[in-house]
Amino acid sequence: MNVLLGLGGSDESVKTLRRTIDRTKEVGDDLTVVIVDKPESKRSQDETHDLAVEHLDEAGLDDATVETLEGDPGSALVDYAEQGEFDELVIGGGTLSPMGKIQLGPITEFVLLNAPTTVKLVR
Amino acid sequence: MVGSRQYPDEPSGPFPSPPTTFEDREGRSIEIRAPAAFADDALDDVVEMYVEFDPTDRAQGIPPTGEDRIRNWLETIAEDSVTVVAFHDGDAIGHAMLVPDSDDPDAIAEKSDIEWELAIFVLQAYQQAGIGTVLLENLLGHATDLGIRRVWLTVERWNNPAIALYERVGFESTGTESFEQEMAILLDN
Repeated sequence: MNVLLGLGGSDESVKTLRRTIDRTKEVGDDLTVVIVDKPESKRSQDETHDLAVEHLDEAGLDDATVETLEGDPGSALVDYAEQGEFDELVIGGGTLSPMGKIQLGPITEFVLLNAPTTVKLVR
Repeated sequence: MVGSRQYPDEPSGPFPSPPTTFEDREGRSIEIRAPAAFADDALDDVVEMYVEFDPTDRAQGIPPTGEDRIRNWLETIAEDSVTVVAFHDGDAIGHAMLVPDSDDPDAIAEKSDIEWELAIFVLQAYQQAGIGTVLLENLLGHATDLGIRRVWLTVERWNNPAIALYERVGFESTGTESFEQEMAILLDN
């Protein structure tokens, strides 16, 4: 399967990256990782990019494409998915509030409603 | 430490404080208490209530299902929480609580400086009887007594009865919404 992974730069992103890499290795998927431009994130786009490259190298997936995307995160991600031949788009599956409520942000909602592919939310 | 969340300009209140006893619309006598120490005094009662809770009414993953997961969830948030419980015939049938946005003990000591997340659940057989409104008002009264000012929540945005209830006591939309509508209230201290 041809998998596109979208990362923002939060701690949830790192977890999503790890899980997706594990799954990719297990089933032999093709993986493309894109880092969206989310200024409020804990990590800069470059930091997240380097982190992704590092994790992919460690996992022996150094042939995976890693790119950074400009502009509105949800829209950029869906555009990228539309232009490639992807079977699945993977994003983080929400953050937990202090109460323990799962919260899905506006980017997640945009991607779920607009993506041309199956979308996987990683918890 | 106040975040970027938008609060109403005008404070809301005064609200009634627990304990209180009232008759619901079904004629049942309902008692509302604020346990001094939730973990010791009321946790078991509330766990029992959530074990009975119909999972179709869950919101954004809470309450979890199964006694162990319920107990684990409540123990995780109980220590710093502000809690009120509604009882009927000795059984917990409603629960409302505030959990601090911060896990820094120094910040939590200054209750007026931080933001508090609200959640409220009423057992299915006791819904539509006016208990939620009284429980919510008493939680906000209790919070006011403790010096809390900023309370926020999220609610699934198609849950119109809940949104109407929150608006009635003074919550306003913060403008942040996706699947969840975020709302906030400023308490009058």
